[in-house]
Amino acid sequence: MDLTLTPSEAEFQAEVREWLEANHPGPAPEGDDAAEFEFRRAWQRKMHEAGWAGISWPEEYGGKGASLIEQAIFNEEIGRQRAPMPANVLGLVMGGPVVIAHGREDQKERYLDPILSGEEIWCQGFSEPESGSDLASLKTRAVKANGTWKVTGQKVWTTYAHEAKWCMLLARTDQDAPKHKGITYFILDMDQPSVEVRPLRQITGEAEFNEIFMEEAEVPEGNVIGEVGGGWQVAITTLMFERAGLGAVAVMGLKRSLEDLIELIRSKGLEGDPILRQKVAALQTGIEAMRLGGLRALTMTMKTGIPGPEGSLGKWQWAQYNQGLTELASEVAGPEGVTVGSDWSYRFLRSRANSIEGGTTEVLQNIIAERVLGLPRLR
Amino acid sequence: MNFDFDDTQQEIKSTARNFLGSRFKPEKVRELAESRSYDADLYRQIAELGWPGIAVSEEDGGQGLGMVELVILLEESGYACAPSPLLGSAGAALVISAAGSDAQRSEWLPKLASGEATGSFGGVADGAGTLFCDLPTADVAVVFDGEGALLAPASDLDFEPVESIDATRSYATVSAPAGERLEGDVDAGRDRLAVAIAAELTGIGQRAMEMAVEYARERHQFGRPIGAYQAVGHRCAAMLLGVEESRSLTYYAAWAADAEPESLPLAAAMANGRALDAAWETSASALQVFGGIGFTWEHDLQFWLKRARVARAILGSPREHRDRVAALSGLG
Repeated sequence: MDLTLTPSEAEFQAEVREWLEANHPGPAPEGDDAAEFEFRRAWQRKMHEAGWAGISWPEEYGGKGASLIEQAIFNEEIGRQRAPMPANVLGLVMGGPVVIAHGREDQKERYLDPILSGEEIWCQGFSEPESGSDLASLKTRAVKANGTWKVTGQKVWTTYAHEAKWCMLLARTDQDAPKHKGITYFILDMDQPSVEVRPLRQITGEAEFNEIFMEEAEVPEGNVIGEVGGGWQVAITTLMFERAGLGAVAVMGLKRSLEDLIELIRSKGLEGDPILRQKVAALQTGIEAMRLGGLRALTMTMKTGIPGPEGSLGKWQWAQYNQGLTELASEVAGPEGVTVGSDWSYRFLRSRANSIEGGTTEVLQNIIAERVLGLPRLR
Repeated sequence: MNFDFDDTQQEIKSTARNFLGSRFKPEKVRELAESRSYDADLYRQIAELGWPGIAVSEEDGGQGLGMVELVILLEESGYACAPSPLLGSAGAALVISAAGSDAQRSEWLPKLASGEATGSFGGVADGAGTLFCDLPTADVAVVFDGEGALLAPASDLDFEPVESIDATRSYATVSAPAGERLEGDVDAGRDRLAVAIAAELTGIGQRAMEMAVEYARERHQFGRPIGAYQAVGHRCAAMLLGVEESRSLTYYAAWAADAEPESLPLAAAMANGRALDAAWETSASALQVFGGIGFTWEHDLQFWLKRARVARAILGSPREHRDRVAALSGLG
């Protein structure tokens, strides 16, 4: 066991640190969503020009080809310096890696570079109003006529749909096949009249997500990723990339929030409050356990080549600790903590989605019970 | 960076699992618990393997390995719930190594490492004493007195054996501090003890979880295995979360003790606090999975459950460890 960085890892860390210190633009502007998005798009362009945008992507596709440990170092440094997120997160973390893993050569040539530069934003059309945790029951259907698929249905919880050029879309192409087998993975052009995007206002008041309504939206047959009917497997890969790619970023976000909470407590002169001390220490311990568990999982993935179902623990921890942390902070902040527009009231409300988005805690617990502990299929 | 055991460490782990698994089967644990005794011959074998002195330097008669290796052994010892004076002896040796004078080290460390002597540790601060583990049979004890620590031959201590609910280990309380002061870095020794206890608790939690999961697969009610109900399956998933958090924090703290001492105080407090909670919650939750049978004297789970609980009376409760975490994290 050796947690020190090797000389080459330390060199990589120094390089990342130096580049970020010289180049990151500070916090994104608040209050104007469109302006914030453009700010992050410009930041992504800058990262791309220096080769950092596709940190995990292979070099032949314009990425950095970084090892898992280098990616962790990179994400930790992004968090430490509080650098903003790039604009095209879903394209970088899911869309691109899926095209690289399952796409044809011509698809790689067409899609990858604009993902890296932030020129073309990607969104993800998986969940539907009737298909949340039971994603494979999805009903959006695609029918092929004269070399073109026509897609009809509704998607929900689509982040960035209003900014996106492309949508990673799951649709049913075989009504008779078993539910996991009749699904195909498409790349849908969002820029067409038969695709309607409606903002979905959340309990925070903002509309970070959208609904997508498709009425015979057209997808050329060349825009299928993988095999027709093989979309479920491709989708699983996407979700695996999501969990692996966002884990390290999530830990750093929590560590920053914890610093903010401690600062808040000090500013109120409450650092001697024994109950607060207990709660903060429990959160800090949990967040540190999550960080270390992530590093242990990373070591295992380096050895075996595939992330294990243990990654579900990290997603569960993140939801639990972020909710606990923001609840505590909004309470300590007093009236301001429940005032519309305040930072803590926003973070507090936003965290309620953490145990739902990207896999509910209940589904994660099912995965752990069945696939890690070997219990029978749960019902 | 490699956050996993290297080949030698893996071998230590599998040797320990095999040795303890064959020597301390549950029926042996029960036999020793019911007679509230240790098996001197088995401890001699443990000492011959070099375990009590695994983290003691070679010049002091030990193996010259580190905290990571000791943690591996203690996790396995907790997994087996092995009754033996290993924790008291290896624990005392940790503090003497960190804080003892040359004379104190040369007097006690070779004997503790070879098994010729056994050790103990505990606290007598401000009338709020803690349990001294393994003291009734020990030769030497580290006595924390609120200001630091003293080192005393057990025969110099005024102690009272305590019949704790954990019959797999002997305990005592000490009425007054006595002995020679340990002048070195007592805090470093105490932090290592916290990690040692966390390691044993991680093993206890692991075993309690495994027992519960195995039972949940086999036990049928209403026509299906109880492990197929989400109420039971999610309970088991929560056990895994607690045990893995405890393990990650403990391994990191052990590594910090060996390689990055400035990170040890916070890491040790986190590890011990979390491990105490996780081992207790996991074994209590396991009892719930077993239902009525888990509440009977004839069921073995009680040994793990009780050892998990009594651990909070040795070197501080989760509440005390968390307060230390707060103090070390910017809350003063």
